[in-house]
Amino acid sequence: MNKHLKNYVWVILFVLFSVGSYFIGFKPGLMIYYNFNEFFIEMVSFAPFLFMIIGLFDVWVPKEILEKHVGKESGVKGIFIVVLLAMLQAGPLYGAFPVAYVLSKKGASIRNIFIYLGAFSSMKLPMLGIEIGYLGIKFTILRTLISLPLFIFIGFLMEKIVGSDFRVEEVKT
Amino acid sequence: MFNNTFIFGLLTGISLLVSFILDKDKTFLGLKKGGKMLFNILHPFLNILILISIVLFFIPDSLIVQYLGANSGWSGFGIAAFIGSITLIPGFISYPLAATLLSQGATYSVVAIFMTTLMMVGVVTLPLEIKYFGKKAAIARNVLNLIAAIIIGVLMGWLM
Repeated sequence: MNKHLKNYVWVILFVLFSVGSYFIGFKPGLMIYYNFNEFFIEMVSFAPFLFMIIGLFDVWVPKEILEKHVGKESGVKGIFIVVLLAMLQAGPLYGAFPVAYVLSKKGASIRNIFIYLGAFSSMKLPMLGIEIGYLGIKFTILRTLISLPLFIFIGFLMEKIVGSDFRVEEVKT
Repeated sequence: MFNNTFIFGLLTGISLLVSFILDKDKTFLGLKKGGKMLFNILHPFLNILILISIVLFFIPDSLIVQYLGANSGWSGFGIAAFIGSITLIPGFISYPLAATLLSQGATYSVVAIFMTTLMMVGVVTLPLEIKYFGKKAAIARNVLNLIAAIIIGVLMGWLM
């Protein structure tokens, strides 16, 4: 219990700060709270679903199958699969780290894990939809087409940089 | 945003239903695993959101527009990459902001660099990233993505 309380010390302080700001009418405090509220809504709108999917993925997809398809020997097909997987996700980049952990645990190659992160960060289908709406279809398609080969290249580079004993750690409290 | 949430939620719901029909025990085990992971990451998530909320207060939209708007030139590249890297703005806010920048006279290069670093480089999320990938991999990934963002920006300016 004490450990949990310690983990949430910043959250508790922030809640006190926001409530205090509200009562004394402290403008900057309220504006910070409004910022937080926007992020919080974004988080609760994807996190529960994302973690349900991660959990189901973990129990249903056997290690051998994933290893075979996106592991060390997977080649172009593996890249294609991780990019497709990333495009179907939702949420900001920090939501992709737990997925990277599961992929790593299941034997995905280092290259494919980082290609996944690249594709996740800027090729998610719902985001591409919004991007087309605001910045136009030409901008969106060009940006995606330029980004993809760079991400794949970064995947190969990362594999060289981090070495073969690299794995993604599980974050524990 | 709510539309995206709806689609993602619907897909999750369908997956859950199919999983439940196929194997009840496995589904519960999966939900338990997912729930545990969510719980483990909840307080680092919340701490980061608090930090970003405070940082964003000191860097308001109007300031971003001022430095990335018309005539920001080459220094605009650097500023765009810097702001994009240190802030974390949700997609549904960053796209309208990018559109505003374009209408204020920012170049396509600057906007592409800003958007790309915003999405791929995260200084505030770096402590969390290090927990998952270790220091070396997390820093290497961010540096490489920063370089990629500048390449993307230059090419976008040339092609648009």
